[in-house]
Amino acid sequence: MPKRTIADVRINSLWCKRCGICVHFCPREVFVSGEDNLPRVRALDRCTGCRLCEYWCPDLAIEVLIDDE
Amino acid sequence: MALQDYIRSRFFPHIWCVGCGHGTALNALLRAVETLGLDPSDIVMVSGIGCSSRMPGYVDFHTLHTLHGRALAFATGTKMSKPELTVLVPMGDGDALAIGGNHFIHACRRNIDITAIVLNNRIYGMTGGQFSPLSGPGVVATTAPYSTYDPAFDVMRLAVGAGASFAARGSTYHVVELQQLLVKAISHKGFSVIEVLSPCPTHFGRRNQQGDSVEMLEWLKANTAKLGSKAAEENPELITRGIFVEDERPEYCEQYERILEQAREG
Ligand SMILES: Cc1ncc(C[n+]2csc(CCOP(=O)(O)OP(=O)(O)O)c2C)c(N)n1
Ligand code: SF4
Ligand code: SF4
Ligand code: SF4
Ligand SMILES: [Mg+2]
Repeated sequence: MPKRTIADVRINSLWCKRCGICVHFCPREVFVSGEDNLPRVRALDRCTGCRLCEYWCPDLAIEVLIDDE
Repeated sequence: MALQDYIRSRFFPHIWCVGCGHGTALNALLRAVETLGLDPSDIVMVSGIGCSSRMPGYVDFHTLHTLHGRALAFATGTKMSKPELTVLVPMGDGDALAIGGNHFIHACRRNIDITAIVLNNRIYGMTGGQFSPLSGPGVVATTAPYSTYDPAFDVMRLAVGAGASFAARGSTYHVVELQQLLVKAISHKGFSVIEVLSPCPTHFGRRNQQGDSVEMLEWLKANTAKLGSKAAEENPELITRGIFVEDERPEYCEQYERILEQAREG
C-alpha cells in the first residue's frame, strides 16, 4: 500500500463565501473559523484526505492535495 | 481532466448565496462528469430560469439558458437533432413542476435520453421566496405568510407514473452518494430524473426557522434515510434517498430513427 500524505488543504479566499460548512462538518476538525470567518487549516496532520470538504463546498473553493508515495 | 477544466472560472465566485445547495449540486455534477470521463464538447447543458437555472453559465460545456419552465422542450429539440450528445437539464422545483409541469410529464412519457436534475429547495429562490408545488403544507413563503396548506408532489412517484425509466433522489448533505447517483442517472439510457434536496438558506431557511446552510444540512442528515434501510422502515416520516426505478424501455430518439428507416424502406 502506498502511503498517502496530505500535502495541503487549500482554501481559495476569493471564491469562499464563509458559509462554515467545511469548519462544521469536517469529521477530523481540521479547520477553524478564522478572521472574517475565513476557514483556516489548524491541524493538517489530522486530515485523512477523505475529501468530504471538497465535495461539500458550495463554492468549489477547497482543494485537498494528496501525495501518493 | 481536473474539475477546474470543466468550469468557466472567469465567472467565479458564482452568483449563488452563502451556503446555497445549488453550488454543492454543481460540485457533485462536475465530479460525476469527471468520473464518467465525458468530453465537455459532447455535453449540452440546457436550463430555464431560476437560481438553479444559472448553472449552465458556470460549466464549460455547450450551454443554453432558455425560458422559465421550457428547458425540457429546448433539450428535446437538441437531443433529437444530435442524439449522440449527452444532455443535462438542471431545473428548479418551480421551473420543473409548476410552470414546467406539462413539459416534465411528457418528457418522462417519451423516455427521451435526457437527464433532468430537479434542484428541490421547496421555494422560488430567484424571485424572493414564493411557495412551489414542492413546498408541501406548513411552509411560510412570501405568498403564504400564514403558511401553506396544499400537499406537495412526490417527484419520484410523479416521474415514474409519467414514464421516466430512471428516478433517484439525493441530497447535498450526502455528497458522495449524490455523485454516484448522478453517474448512474447520466449513464442511464432513457429519461432520468434525479431530485436533489438542495437548501435555499436565504428564502426557505430564514423564513422557516431552519437557520443557515449548516443547520439546513444537519436537517437533511436527520430527516432523510436510505431507501430500504432500517431507519426508513422504522420511521416513515423520513424522506428516502436512493434509486426508486431503473428500467430498460425503448428510447425516444431510437424509436424515431426506426420509424424513419421503415418509411425510407417504403
Ligand atoms: C414565464 C415566466 N414566468 C415567471 C417568471 C419569474 N420567475 C423567474 S424564476 C421563477 C421561479 C424560480 O424558482 P425555482 O424554479 O424553484 O428555482 P430556484 O430559484 O428556487 O432555484 C419565476 C417564477 C419568469 N422568469 N418567466
Ligand atoms: S465550505 Fe467552501 S465556501 Fe464554505 S466556508 Fe468552507 S471553503 Fe468557504
Ligand atoms: S479531506 Fe476530510 S479530513 Fe481532510 S480537511 Fe477535508 S473533510 Fe477534513
Ligand atoms: S436565493 Fe436561495 S436558491 Fe437562490 S442563490 Fe440564494 S440560497 Fe440559492
Ligand atoms: Mg426552487
